[in-house]
Amino acid sequence: MTKMSGAEAILACLKEEGVDVMFGLPGGVLLPLYDAIYSSDIRHILVRHEQGAAHAADGYARATGKVGVCLATSGPGATNLVTGIATAYMDSVPMVAMTGQVATSLIGRDAFQEADITGITMPVTKHSYLLRSAKEIPKAFREAFYIARSGRPGPVLIDLPRDITVEEIEFSYPEIHLPGYQPSVKVHQMQIKKAAKALVEAERPVIYAGGGIRYAEAHLELFELAVRLNAPVTTTLMGVGCFPEENPLSLGMLGMHGTKYANYAMQEADIILAVGARFDDRVTGSIATFAPKAKIIHIDIDPAEIGKNVRVDIPVVGDAKNALSEMLKHVSPRPRTAWNDKVDYWKKEFPLRYVMSEEVIKPQFVVEKICELSPDAIIVTEVGQNQMWAAQFFTHKDPRRFISSGGLGTMGYGLPAAIGAKVGRPDCEVVDIAGDGSIQMNIQELATAVLNDIPVKVAILNNGVLGMVRQWQELFFCERYSHTTLGSCPDFVKLAEAYGALGLRATKPSEVEDVIKEGLASDKPTVMDFVVHSKEMVSPMVPAGASLEEIMQLEG
Amino acid sequence: MRHTIAVIVENTPGALTRISGMFSRRSFNIDSLTVGATDHPDYSRMTICVHGDEEVLEQVIKQLSKLINVIRVSLLEPNESVERELALIKVNADKDSRSEIMQLVSVFRAKIIDVAPRSMVIEVTGDEQKVDAMVRLLRQFGIKEMARTGRVSMVRGTKVVKV
Ligand SMILES: Cc1ncc(C[n+]2csc(CCOP(=O)(O)OP(=O)(O)O)c2C)c(N)n1
Repeated sequence: MTKMSGAEAILACLKEEGVDVMFGLPGGVLLPLYDAIYSSDIRHILVRHEQGAAHAADGYARATGKVGVCLATSGPGATNLVTGIATAYMDSVPMVAMTGQVATSLIGRDAFQEADITGITMPVTKHSYLLRSAKEIPKAFREAFYIARSGRPGPVLIDLPRDITVEEIEFSYPEIHLPGYQPSVKVHQMQIKKAAKALVEAERPVIYAGGGIRYAEAHLELFELAVRLNAPVTTTLMGVGCFPEENPLSLGMLGMHGTKYANYAMQEADIILAVGARFDDRVTGSIATFAPKAKIIHIDIDPAEIGKNVRVDIPVVGDAKNALSEMLKHVSPRPRTAWNDKVDYWKKEFPLRYVMSEEVIKPQFVVEKICELSPDAIIVTEVGQNQMWAAQFFTHKDPRRFISSGGLGTMGYGLPAAIGAKVGRPDCEVVDIAGDGSIQMNIQELATAVLNDIPVKVAILNNGVLGMVRQWQELFFCERYSHTTLGSCPDFVKLAEAYGALGLRATKPSEVEDVIKEGLASDKPTVMDFVVHSKEMVSPMVPAGASLEEIMQLEG
Repeated sequence: MRHTIAVIVENTPGALTRISGMFSRRSFNIDSLTVGATDHPDYSRMTICVHGDEEVLEQVIKQLSKLINVIRVSLLEPNESVERELALIKVNADKDSRSEIMQLVSVFRAKIIDVAPRSMVIEVTGDEQKVDAMVRLLRQFGIKEMARTGRVSMVRGTKVVKV
C-alpha cells in the first residue's frame, strides 16, 4: 500500500484499468486532478467542448472495443457531457465519464457550478457513483470499469467532489464484489437446441443481426452459421459491418431506410433469428404487422430486451458469441432452396439505386467513390441523410469500421467520434461522412484534431439543408419547408483553413474523385466540401408507422 | 391485474431514486411502494405494488433486476403470501360519536392510540380490503387526516426472499 492523494489514486485506477487516453476539459473543481494529470503518462486530449469529449471517448470505444474515458468539470462541464452519455447509453457503448463536483461540504447548497449530475444522468447511465470520500475511489473505479464493459455495455458516471481529490489515502485496488450484478453470459442448452432445430427445419430463415454481434465479437460465428444454413443476413444500423456486405447472403440493412429485399425477406420469413438486436421501431415498422409469418428466436445478453417490443418464441439469454458457437454444434448444413432464389430475385429486381447526374453531385456517388478509393476506412457518420447514405452506399465488411449514433441519432456526433476512433486506431483511415447541419454542431473539434495531429477526414455532403427533416416535409407536410434551409454559410473550405486543416471542395461530379484522392493523401485533418444536390432523398423508405413491405422507392 | 413484488436493495444513496426513476421513465404504474430495513445492515427491502398485464409485469421484474443496486426481485403470488398494511386515521369524535367509533374499532380489532376532545387517532392493521373497509366506515364521522404505509408482504411457509 502506498499513500497518495485522491487525484493520484484516480490516475492509479485508470492505469490499473489499462486506460491509455482520456478526453476532457478542466475547470475549478478539477484543478487538483488536472495537476496530477500534468505529471501522468496517461495521454489526455484537450477538447473544445465537453460534448466532444464524450463523443470522442465513445468513438474510441466503438473502434477499439476498450472502455472510452472522458472528463469534465462540475456544473456546465458536466451537463455538456449529457448528450454524449445518452448517445453511448442508447448504443450500449462502454464508457466511464468522470465529472468534477463541488466539495462534499457544499453539495446541496446550490454552490457555484454545482449540478446534480448523477441525478441528471440517472436515466442515461448504466450506473453511477457520487463519491463522498477518497477511500471510495478504488472500489468505485474498479466497479465502474467492470460494469461499463461487461454484460450489455454502457456508460458509467463517477462524480468526484473536489475535496476527495486532495484527501490522502492508502491505495490498494480491491476485488469486485457486486451481488446485484451478474451478467448472464452462459446460455441455456435446451434453448440453444430448440433454436438450432427450428433453424435447420426452417423453410424461409432470415438472420437479423444487431450491435450485439460487434460487442460480443461474434461476427465469425455469425458468418459460419449463415453460410452453413444458407440463411440470408440483414443487419441493423448498429450491426452494419457485422456481416460482409459483398457476400451473396447479405441483405444489407433493414428497416425504414433499409433495402427493399431485407424488408421483404423479414415479412416473408418463417424463422427469424435475432441476435443482439432490439426490435427498434425504425427496424420493425408497424409492430402489429411485423414479420407476420415468422417464429422469432431472440438471442440477447440483456434479458429485459427479450419480449420488450415483440413476442418471442424461443428466447436465448446470453452472450452472442457463446450462443452462436453453441448453436453451431447443433446445426447441420442446409442446402440452398427456393427461398434463396426468391431472395436473390428480390436483390436483382430491387437494388439500392439512385439516378446519376453529370451536372450536379449526387451524395450517393460521393459515398460510393469513398468506398472505392478507401474500402477499408473506418466510416463515422453524422445524423440524417448523410448517415443513411453512408450505411447504404459503402460496402461494409468489418464490425468495427462503421460508427454511427443509432439509438439517439445525435447530430454533431461524427467529428468528435472520428477523432476518438483515429486516436484508438491510428493505423486506419477514418472518414466522417457528414451533413452541413450536423458538422456545425461540433465543428470546434477541428481544433482538437489539428493541434493534436489527429488526421481525420470529413466529407461533408453539403446540401444546404437539414436534409432528412426536409425530406419528411416534402413527403408528408406538403413541401412546407419550415426552418430546414441552412443556406450557403459558412464557407467550409475557409473554415477548415482557419483552423489549420486542409479544405477542399468539389462542385461538379467530375471533381469528386480528385478531391477524395487529395483528401485521403493528406496527412492533416481535412474537410472535403461536396456541394451536392439539395433535393436528393434517402430511398427506399418505409413511412413511419407503415408495414415493412410498404417500402417505397423515391426517385430523386 | 395488481402484482406485489419484493425487492432487496443495497442501502446506498441513490438506490431509491434509481428505482422510482426507472418506473416513471418506462411509464410503469406504481400503486404503492414501501421501504424498510432488513436483518442485514447493508440491505433494505421494498415492497412494490404495480398494476399491468403479464407483459408489463415481466418488464418490471426484468428492468428492476437490471439495476446494479438491486440484489433480488421476487414476485409474491397472492395466495401464497401474507400481506399487511397499517393506517393511522384521525377522525372527528365528540361525546356523541365516540362510543360508536370505539365499537367499530373493536370489531376491526383496530386500536385507538390518541384521544383529544374532538378527535381520535385510530391505528388499523390488516390486508388492504380490511383497511379500506375501516376507512369507508369511518368516513361518516369525518376523516380529518390519514396516513397509510402501503402494503408489505411475505411468502407463507418456509420459503424466503433473502439475499
Ligand atoms: C442534436 C439533434 N438535433 C436535431 C435532430 C433532428 N434531425 C435529424 S436529421 C436532421 C437534419 C440533419 O441535417 P444535416 O446534418 O445537414 O444532414 P442531412 O440530412 O442533410 O444529410 C435533424 C435536424 C437530431 N437528430 N439531433
